[in-house]
Amino acid sequence: MEFLGKIGGSVEGGLAYVGELTTLAGRAAYFTFIGPFRGKPVRFQRAVSQAMEAGVRALPILSLITFFIGLILALQAAYELRRFGAISFVANAVALSMTRELGPLITAVIVIGRSGSAFAAELGTMKVSEEIDALETMAINPVGFLVAPKFVAMLLMLPCLTIWANFMGVLGGSVFGVAQADFTFWRYIQESVDALFLRDIVTGLIKSVMFGATITAVGCLEGLRTTGGAEQVGRSTTRAVVMSIFLVILVDLVFTMLFYFLGEH
Amino acid sequence: MSEFLDTLETPEPFDGPMISLRNLRVSYTGREILHGITFDVQRGETLVILGGSGSGKSTLLRTLVGLERPTSGEVWIRGKNFAAISEAERDEIRKRLGMSFQGGALFGSMTVGENVALPLKEHTKLEESTVEIMVRLKLDQVGLSGFEDFLPSQLSGGMKKRAAVARALAMDPEILFFDEPSAGLDPIIAAGIDQLILELKKAFHMTIIVVTHELASAFLIADRMVLINKGDVTAFGTTEEMKNSQHPKVRQFLDRIPEPAVAQELDYLQMLTEPATKSGEGRQGKSR
Repeated sequence: MEFLGKIGGSVEGGLAYVGELTTLAGRAAYFTFIGPFRGKPVRFQRAVSQAMEAGVRALPILSLITFFIGLILALQAAYELRRFGAISFVANAVALSMTRELGPLITAVIVIGRSGSAFAAELGTMKVSEEIDALETMAINPVGFLVAPKFVAMLLMLPCLTIWANFMGVLGGSVFGVAQADFTFWRYIQESVDALFLRDIVTGLIKSVMFGATITAVGCLEGLRTTGGAEQVGRSTTRAVVMSIFLVILVDLVFTMLFYFLGEH
Repeated sequence: MSEFLDTLETPEPFDGPMISLRNLRVSYTGREILHGITFDVQRGETLVILGGSGSGKSTLLRTLVGLERPTSGEVWIRGKNFAAISEAERDEIRKRLGMSFQGGALFGSMTVGENVALPLKEHTKLEESTVEIMVRLKLDQVGLSGFEDFLPSQLSGGMKKRAAVARALAMDPEILFFDEPSAGLDPIIAAGIDQLILELKKAFHMTIIVVTHELASAFLIADRMVLINKGDVTAFGTTEEMKNSQHPKVRQFLDRIPEPAVAQELDYLQMLTEPATKSGEGRQGKSR
C-alpha cells in the first residue's frame, strides 16, 4: 500500500513539474506574441545573440558527430543488408533513420549539452546573485527579458540544426556507400533523396521544435528554481541536463507513436 | 535632471507618508517571519532598519520592494497598496523605486554603462545619445566616471556597490533602498558609501531606506531608526531617542551584548565537540 502511495506521489510530482514547465513556456509565449501589442517589444537583439550561441556555434561539433553517426548507421545497416544482397538499400536506411529519428534526437542531445546546461547555469547564477530580483525591482519581467528570447532562438534554431544534421548524416553514410557499396557520390545522394517522403522530414522537424521547447523550458525552470549558492547552481545544471534528456526521449516516444498511428490510416 | 525623463509620465504629486506599513505579516515556506509590522516613513527622511541576523529585516526590505508577498496586512507605497494592485500598477510604482542589493547584483554579462542604461532603455523612449549622457551623469554622481566600459568583474567591491547605486538612481527614484550597503567593505570604503548616501539625501531630498547592522554607519545616516527583533518592531524613533532608549533589547543591540541563550548554546556545543579542552579556553573568540 505504501509502495502504491509512493508511486502516486512521484506521478503527482512529475505532473506538477510538467505543469510548471508548461506555465513557463506559456508565459514566454505571452511575452513573445502578446507582449509586443502591449508596448513590450521582443528583445530581438537578445534572441539573435542566443541563436548565435545555441545554433551557429553548435555547427562544428554537430556536423562532426552527425557525420560519424551517418557512417555508423551505414555500417550497421550494411551488416544486415549484405546478407540479403540488398546493400544498395543502405542509402535508404541511413536517410530514413537520420531524418525520422536520429537527426532530431542527436541534435537535441548536443543542444542539451551545450545550451540547456548553459541556460540553467546562467539563470541559476543570476538567481543566487540577486540579479533576477534586481530585474524585478526595476520593473523588468525576468521571463520576458531572459526566458522569452531563449525560446525564440531555440524554436527557430533547432529545426535548422536538425536539417543540417540530417544532411551531414547522409554525407557520412555516403562515405561507406562510395567506398563499399559501388555508389558514386551523386547517385548515393540521389538515392537518399528519392527514399524520403516529405512526411519523413516534416515529422522530424515537428519533433525538433518540441525538443527545442522542452530543452529551453527545463533549462530555464531549473535555473530559476535555484536557491542558495554556487553548489546549488551546479546541481541545477546537472538536473537540467538529466531532466532534458529524459523528457526529450519521452516527447520523442509520444510523437513517434502519434505519427505511427496517424500514418496507419 | 528630470527634464531628461519627460518621456516618462510624471507621477501625480503625493503628500502623505511615502511608505506606510499596517500590521504587515510575511510568511516564508510556512513559517511566519514578520508578525505584524506597523510604521510610516515620511518623504525625504532616511530610515535605517536595524536588526540581527535572522531578525526579518531583509524580508521586510524584500517585501517593501515587492519581492515577497505579504500574507496579510498592507504595504502602502506612495498612497497605493502594493499588495492589492495589479502587476502593471506595481511595475509603475517600481519604476519610482531604486534598490541597491547587498552584492550589487550587477548583470555580469553587461558593462557598467549598459547596467545603468538598462532601466532607461527598457522604460523610456530616450535617444541612444541621451541615454549615454544620463549614464555618464549617474556614474559621475557615484564617483565612477570613466568606468562605463568596464565589466562588473573588473571592479572592486566598493566600486561594484557604487555602480549598483548608479543603476538604482538611473530612473531618478523617489525612494531608494539599500540592503547592507557596507557589508564586506573595508571601513574607509564603507565610510565612502555612507557619504554617498548623505549626499544623495541632501542633493535630491530622496526618501532612503537602509537595512544594516553597522551601528556607526546607522547613526551617521539615519533620521529615524527601527529595530526589528524576531519579526516584531522592538523600537522605532529618532537616532536620539534610540541612543537614550532604556528598552532592554535596544540596549542589548546598541551595546553589543551577546544573547544569553546563544552564549549557553555555544558552551554546550563546545562541550560536545571539544571534550578534551576546558570549556573556558575554547569559548574565547567564538562568543560574539
